[in-house]
Amino acid sequence: MNEIYFENHANTRVDERVIEVMLPYLREYYGNAQSIHSLGAHSRDAIEKARSQVAQLISGKESEIYFTSCASEANNLAIKGVAEAYRQKGRHVIVSEIEHFSVLNAARRLSQQDFEVTLLPVDREGLVSPEDLQKAIREDTILVSVQHANPEIGTIQPLAEIASLCRARNIPFHTDAVCTAGIMPLDVTSLGVDLLTLSGAQFYGPKGAAALYLKKGVRIVPQIDGGIQENGRRAGTGNVPAIVGFGAACEIAGQEMDDNYRRLLRLRNRLMTALPEKIPYLYVNGHLEKRLPNNVNISVEFVEGEGMFLFLDQKGIYVSSGSACASKALKMSHVLTAIKVDTAVGQGSILLTLSRYNTDADVDYLLAEFPPIVARLREMSPLYGYFQKTGQRRAAGPGTDYEHEHDQNQEDG
Amino acid sequence: MPFYSEKVMDHFQNPRNVGEIKEADGTGEIGNPVCGDMMSFYIKVKDNIIEDVKFKTFGCGAAIAVSSMVSEMAKGKTLDEAMLITNASVAKELGGLPANKMHCSNLGADALHKAIEDYQKKQGVKS
Repeated sequence: MNEIYFENHANTRVDERVIEVMLPYLREYYGNAQSIHSLGAHSRDAIEKARSQVAQLISGKESEIYFTSCASEANNLAIKGVAEAYRQKGRHVIVSEIEHFSVLNAARRLSQQDFEVTLLPVDREGLVSPEDLQKAIREDTILVSVQHANPEIGTIQPLAEIASLCRARNIPFHTDAVCTAGIMPLDVTSLGVDLLTLSGAQFYGPKGAAALYLKKGVRIVPQIDGGIQENGRRAGTGNVPAIVGFGAACEIAGQEMDDNYRRLLRLRNRLMTALPEKIPYLYVNGHLEKRLPNNVNISVEFVEGEGMFLFLDQKGIYVSSGSACASKALKMSHVLTAIKVDTAVGQGSILLTLSRYNTDADVDYLLAEFPPIVARLREMSPLYGYFQKTGQRRAAGPGTDYEHEHDQNQEDG
Repeated sequence: MPFYSEKVMDHFQNPRNVGEIKEADGTGEIGNPVCGDMMSFYIKVKDNIIEDVKFKTFGCGAAIAVSSMVSEMAKGKTLDEAMLITNASVAKELGGLPANKMHCSNLGADALHKAIEDYQKKQGVKS
């Protein structure tokens, strides 16, 4: 059976070349990077080489790269670490409402202490408005965090504009660039960010290594207390094999970015064009142009996401869904809610994220297998039956009312 | 371990009794305020026995499997027997459901019972 992985925002397959450079650090060079002897030095050199590879990918300085175990840790360090460092100056933090949970929940933690958090809204395409940010900034604002792109709907934020607003007010600005790093060109200086999170697992590196870029002069309080690793800002024995792999993934991503980007964009555009043609009452979520090259997020009306997800799984196609049923909490994803997707329509949301391993044949296979699955589930759906009979839409139950008009040509629901 | 039991997956992939009955003797419909699922049940009754049952469901894998199982359990039963089908017995027949999907099993039996009550109400009006 075909096996097609379309959940690359969650994790990517590790590049074989990356695995090769990691292996010696599992087998032979097992020394602790803090040790003075030669074996330790070998690990230390490897970490420093990786640091320079990461720095190069985002056009930063090596001394501004701090390794962490994952992007969630880097986001926690950024949000809590900056807030703690600047608390004498103010207690107000601004984050967008569609941030990853590692930013949102870190901010929530601050609000339970003595900080005030403003959640910046987004429009129906998922964009933060710089004007809204301008209005939200106060005298006591000490941190702003807006992601570079959203992992779920793919919308890319006007980051340079947002950063310049923060710079004008001398407020540290953090961005979670997990979706864009290694996929699109990134330059911390031209973006004007003070802190940036990136993770290798999203671009063919291993799990277990990520980094926080911290611009020189921006203060931070460590969130893991211990030894002097990472220049005293992140204690704990470095995960040398993962860090080495992360570095290699950064180098490869930089070298192959143009080709990979074009390839992703072409496959994504094929899907974004063909899916609405093949499946009626299908809507694309997120911004159509300001969008990640590998993100396809759709809502299929009259069917529920988990049903599609399970049938696709049976065909060897691995995707994800932002529907309530597919989530443990039984709530529609906070991102779809924020962009005001009708609950009735959001129930049928499916997310496909591509990697450089995906091919035209993968796209063909999905386009062949998916429409019959939708047709089959619609056959079973009382909502579709009702629509066919009456031309009217109806809610599935309390709280799932339609709030917006729908027609097939409307892209944003 | 897979998320759903083999039996749930079987009923999800090959649901029994999907559809509508044009001139149903009783219909029942229920929406789930928890997750927005919806089920419609249609029954045909003869001599107090559920002769035919069909359903349509908008919902997750569990919701579809539950509907299918309920329809199978109800077919051929007397109305009184069918009223005894409970959420728990449906979940049990399916070999269990994940904890956060137990609420789906509530819908199936409730929708069936509503269809039976609808039939009884219509009978009451007739007689």
